[in-house]
Amino acid sequence: MNRSRPLLLIEDDEVDAMTVKRALEDLGLGDCIVHLSNGVDGLEYLRSHLEELPRLILLDLNMPRMSGLEFLKELKSDPDLMGVPVVVLTTSKEAADVQGTFHYGVAGYMVKPLDYADFVQVMGAITRYWDLSATPAKV
Amino acid sequence: MKNSRPVLLVEDDSIDAMTVRRAFKDLKVTNRLDHCLNGEEALAYLREPNNQRPCVILLDLNMPRMNGIEFLRVAKADPQLKTIPVIVLTTSHEEQDVVESFKLSVAGYIVKPVDYKKFVEAIRTIDLYWTLSELPQGQSGVEDESVQTAAIDRG
Repeated sequence: MNRSRPLLLIEDDEVDAMTVKRALEDLGLGDCIVHLSNGVDGLEYLRSHLEELPRLILLDLNMPRMSGLEFLKELKSDPDLMGVPVVVLTTSKEAADVQGTFHYGVAGYMVKPLDYADFVQVMGAITRYWDLSATPAKV
Repeated sequence: MKNSRPVLLVEDDSIDAMTVRRAFKDLKVTNRLDHCLNGEEALAYLREPNNQRPCVILLDLNMPRMNGIEFLRVAKADPQLKTIPVIVLTTSHEEQDVVESFKLSVAGYIVKPVDYKKFVEAIRTIDLYWTLSELPQGQSGVEDESVQTAAIDRG
C-alpha cells in the first residue's frame, strides 16, 4: 500500500480498531493508518485533506451519531469526496446492509472474521488489492 | 469469486480478452467468463433477462462505439445495474481516467501489467479480494461456499 497516502479507518469500537492496526503491523503496514471513531470526524478529516485524500476508507457500519450508511450517503453526494473508494469492514452479514452499501457504490464489503489469523488474511487481501489498484489523490 | 455467477469482461481487443481467459484458466477460476466488445454490447447483455447477472464486471476504457467511462455513466445511473462492482482493467495511467472512474464508483482501477506472470498475479489478487468480499444479490442470488473455499485455497 502506498504509504504516502494513508488508509482512513472509521470505527467506533476501540478493540476492533486496535485489531485492524495490529493486523496492519503484522503485514508490515502499521504506519499507514489514520483512525477516527465516527463518520462526523471522518467527513471533517476528509474535507481538510482535499489536496491529498486518503487512498482508501475502511468503514464500520454500526456506529453511534452517524452510521456507516449515513456517512456513505454524505460522502457520495459531495463532489470533492465521492471519488474516494470505501470498503465496508463489519460484523454484519445482513443482505440489506450489503445491498444498501453497494447501492452507494462501495468498493468491497468484508465481514470481519472472528479468528485473528483469518482477519489478517482478509486485511492482506485488502492491502494487496489496493496496492495494485490506483486511487485518486484529488477529486 | 464469492459466488458462481459469471464474470463479464468488456474489452474490444481480442488478444487482451484471450489473455484474461488464459489467466482465469491458469488460476483455475471456476466462474464463466462472458465477453462483450464494447459498452453498448455490455449494456444489451446486462439488460437481457435471459442472461445471468455477473458477479463483477472487468471493464476496459478505450473502446469504440461506447467507451468504458460512457458505459459507467449509464450503468451507474441504472438502479438495476449500479450495484454490480466494476473493476477497470486498462493500459491507461491517465490521472483523469482514474478520477472519472472513481467518481462513477468503480471498485478498483488496475493498470494491466504487460508481463504475463505479473498479469496472472493481478488476476489472482482480484479473484481473492472478490472471493472474500460479500456481493450484492443478483437475480439468482445463489451463494456457493465451495467456490469460495476453492479460491482461498488457490490464493
